Amino acid sequence: MRIDSRERFDAAVSEALAGREGHETEILVCCGTGCLANGSQKVAEAFAEEVEKRGLKAGVGLFTKKTGCHGFCEKGPLVVLQPSGVLYTKVEPRHVPDILDKTVAKGELIPRLLYKDPSTKKPVERYAEVPFYKNQTRIAMRNIGKIDPADLGDALAHGAYAGLAKALFEMTPEQVIAEVERSGLRGRGGAGFVTARKWKAARKAKGERKFLLCNGDEGDPGAFKDRSIMEGDPHSVLEGMVIGAYAVGAHEGYIYVRDEYPLAVVHLSLAMEQARQAGILGRDILGTGFDFDIRISRGGGAFVCGESSALMRSLEGKTGEPRQKYVHATERGLFDCPTVLNNVETWADVGAIIQNGGAWFAAMGTDKSKGTKAFSLVGKVKNTGLIELPMGTTLRHIIYDIGGGILGDRPFKAVQTGGPSGGCLPESHLDDPVDYEKLTEAGSMMGSGGMIVMDDRTCMVDVARYFLRFLVEESCGKCVPCREGLKQMLVIYDDLVAGRGRPGDIERIERLSAGMQLGSLCELGKSAPNPVLSTLRYFRDEYLAHIEQKACPAGICRDLTAYEILESCEGCGVCLKACPAEAITGEKKALHVIHQGRCISCGACYEVCPTDAIRFFPKAELAPAAAASRGGAS
Amino acid sequence: MITLTVNGKTVRAREGSPLLEAVRAAGVEIPTLCQHEALEPWGGCRLCLVDVTRPEWNGWAKMVVSCMYPAEEGLIVETHTERVVETRRVVLDLLLARCPETPLIQRLAREHGIEKTSYLPNPEPTDCILCGLCTRVCDHIGVFAISSVNRGAGREIAPPFHEAPPDCIGCLACAEVCPTSCIPYETSDARRTIWGKAFEMVRCPKCGKAHITKAQADFYAGRNGVPRSYFETCDACKRQEMARTFSKLSAGAVGGMETGKQGNRETGRP
Ligand SMILES: Cc1cc2nc3c(=O)[nH]c(=O)nc-3n(C[C@H](O)[C@H](O)[C@H](O)COP(=O)(O)O)c2cc1C
Ligand code: SF4
Ligand code: SF4
Ligand code: SF4
Ligand code: SF4
Ligand code: FES
Ligand code: FES
Repeated sequence: MRIDSRERFDAAVSEALAGREGHETEILVCCGTGCLANGSQKVAEAFAEEVEKRGLKAGVGLFTKKTGCHGFCEKGPLVVLQPSGVLYTKVEPRHVPDILDKTVAKGELIPRLLYKDPSTKKPVERYAEVPFYKNQTRIAMRNIGKIDPADLGDALAHGAYAGLAKALFEMTPEQVIAEVERSGLRGRGGAGFVTARKWKAARKAKGERKFLLCNGDEGDPGAFKDRSIMEGDPHSVLEGMVIGAYAVGAHEGYIYVRDEYPLAVVHLSLAMEQARQAGILGRDILGTGFDFDIRISRGGGAFVCGESSALMRSLEGKTGEPRQKYVHATERGLFDCPTVLNNVETWADVGAIIQNGGAWFAAMGTDKSKGTKAFSLVGKVKNTGLIELPMGTTLRHIIYDIGGGILGDRPFKAVQTGGPSGGCLPESHLDDPVDYEKLTEAGSMMGSGGMIVMDDRTCMVDVARYFLRFLVEESCGKCVPCREGLKQMLVIYDDLVAGRGRPGDIERIERLSAGMQLGSLCELGKSAPNPVLSTLRYFRDEYLAHIEQKACPAGICRDLTAYEILESCEGCGVCLKACPAEAITGEKKALHVIHQGRCISCGACYEVCPTDAIRFFPKAELAPAAAASRGGAS
Repeated sequence: MITLTVNGKTVRAREGSPLLEAVRAAGVEIPTLCQHEALEPWGGCRLCLVDVTRPEWNGWAKMVVSCMYPAEEGLIVETHTERVVETRRVVLDLLLARCPETPLIQRLAREHGIEKTSYLPNPEPTDCILCGLCTRVCDHIGVFAISSVNRGAGREIAPPFHEAPPDCIGCLACAEVCPTSCIPYETSDARRTIWGKAFEMVRCPKCGKAHITKAQADFYAGRNGVPRSYFETCDACKRQEMARTFSKLSAGAVGGMETGKQGNRETGRP
């Protein structure tokens, strides 16, 4: 049925809700990319089969649905039972009969499938009590994990398109922009540009054709928030875009999806098809006479294609390379027409803002950063995954309360935020509220919300080098400071970690960084020195140790680190088995020995020794003879 | 026309024209390596950086590439502020590391006080500075025979699949526009080779000089709908013929008129 009036819209929502009333128990099987990789498709099939076999379907009002990513992929496949809210982790098809017979039929819990809190070691029964979820506030991800992304009715029953109906039936385009302005919404894709200001400029710009774009390129390694949104709740993106199109007066839109995201393309396409049939997208939207349609474009496969001007070039069918622009895209963007580009998460926020009002959104967050933000928390924390929190939450809360603290309860060393061109923040910044300004002041950035937690076994020089290696590959190579600058910066870092650092290297790094920041054509080159400068700012001692003592204080740079076994060795032989170089010898229950000539400084023995009887120290302290034989052996 | 200042000197410029024109009109020299007036500006070499500001920006200035920034009324342009000069130096230092043996780069670097690069000199020296002029001129002609391939540090200029480019017409425009003359070619009355492709030459029916490849004549004739013979006649003979016709037409009126001035082409090189 095509929805062509307010009444029809309300009726469609009521109908969708009514269709769900018979469901006494809903079994939500996570079918996001993470859980699918862990076999959740088979789990979903097993549920369908078993339910059928028991003839339960009609009788008990049982309903199985496949949802998008719950953000906790590490524990997947996840199964959530509603309305009880029981969460089961690492579910396999063989657990399915038990879940149906015990939990669904009798309300009994299955302890071994429950999530165990790593700090208390106690099982947690309900989804909402898991610390990972308890501390979140979800707006952009409001319906992910709750709805079946392939079912428009399910989305409508969960409030999708209510914001769109309000915008089209009750508000003028100017009022929509004013509401978004009140919300304080800023771009979630990188720079944090004020969204309403972009829209206003594009609305004012002259032009028959205007474009509205969604940036789903998500090229940061390890980031997956935009993928989860597009896969798990494509409707939130479409809703935001139709509202935005109405606000700026655009009739054509594109969603630029990273090439490695096939499931996102499938779910978006399906959602668009269903929305078109329902009259939510395409011609005469909701019967108001407003036209707007969207096409999907597969990304160019490079990190830099996510940059605004490169993305537009790519959409025009040219090489996805940044272009120097001194005119805003809102005036001359795609095909030289006024264009608004926003990130997936930004678009997903819009519908909720219109539905609940800008003031509601602005009540969360800090002075200049409002609302909530999605983060992907990875690295050396106990709970990794995708989370959404109010802006202004402290790094400490994120890492310790949601992330559950550092793996193995080791000391925290740094957190890297903002993707490959973000920065590393030390312990002294753990109580900083996370917002655009604070992160930038501290020498990092919000970027798209990546957070990589690092423990004491991390060398900050090596970390900076890691990001340089990513960027040197991803620079498009058009401009000299970025292309040649990254190449030379990496040469300096290769020397530092190999013990070839020289006095004056720090000054060379600083000078080159300034040249890249000021001289590069696009933000990739301008921000590429961030990992370098932030590690220099907070961990300068570590640089000096590499240069002056030829030592890696964290014991990570192999060319600078040696290992030895201490007297306290109990001769358990675990290290001997772990050593890939057969560099350890020793009898059971007797002191073991590392033969320096064979040791490749991998650190495997250090990691496994149960009695901490292995220590690392600067290779420079080794007797010259041993160092030389090591050199000869390699 | 609008008015702006360059290093304190007032100059007039066409609104929206690249700042570089106003800078040069003010008699100020700044280096450029990827710019050519016949081609769209590109902004890759970053040498033409300048600081721009306005009185109402309260002392805040932004660095822009003058080959692309549009001239606007009242703009205050500074071409040699400390940070501009320093950034230009870093860029030249980096280019010298890439092209340690290239005379043009050595000269520019020296003019900016750099005798030796502070970075690792390229172990495989090249003369190509990746200014993109060759590919842009080829695109501009409408041939699209060569392009830049690979991202980042591996970027290079090459024909498709590193084979003799099927579309190349052997016009030599790329080689001529190249600021470091690093595109090798050979040309004689009989044959021309460039990018590993050999071309047959066409001789001017009037003077017999080989000035154009057969592929060029075919390409131009096909594109402009002008008879092939028009392109086969060399420019010098064409001019002579035109001058002859012209002087016949205006016989008596303009006596002893000079015929076509040769080669006034602005190369755009510093
Ligand atoms: C190298 C580079 C890569 C980028 N990649 C992305 C991306 O994958 N997704 C994204 O939304 N923005 C990306 N951006 C930022 C975009 O240029 C642009 O600012 C953003 O899409 C605007 O949307 P927003 O205002 O909603 O954040 C990237 C920027 C740079 C410089
Ligand atoms: S800064 Fe880097 S990515 Fe951006 S245009 Fe220059 S070379 Fe390309
Ligand atoms: S550091 Fe690695 S190679 Fe050396 S002894 Fe230990 S396990 Fe073996
Ligand atoms: S010689 Fe070939 S590659 Fe060079 S500009 Fe002419 S057509 Fe293009
Ligand atoms: S070959 Fe010459 S014109 Fe082409 S990019 Fe290299 S230096 Fe520039
Ligand atoms: S895919 Fe299931 S939790 Fe992420
Ligand atoms: S001449 Fe302007 S950037 Fe090269």
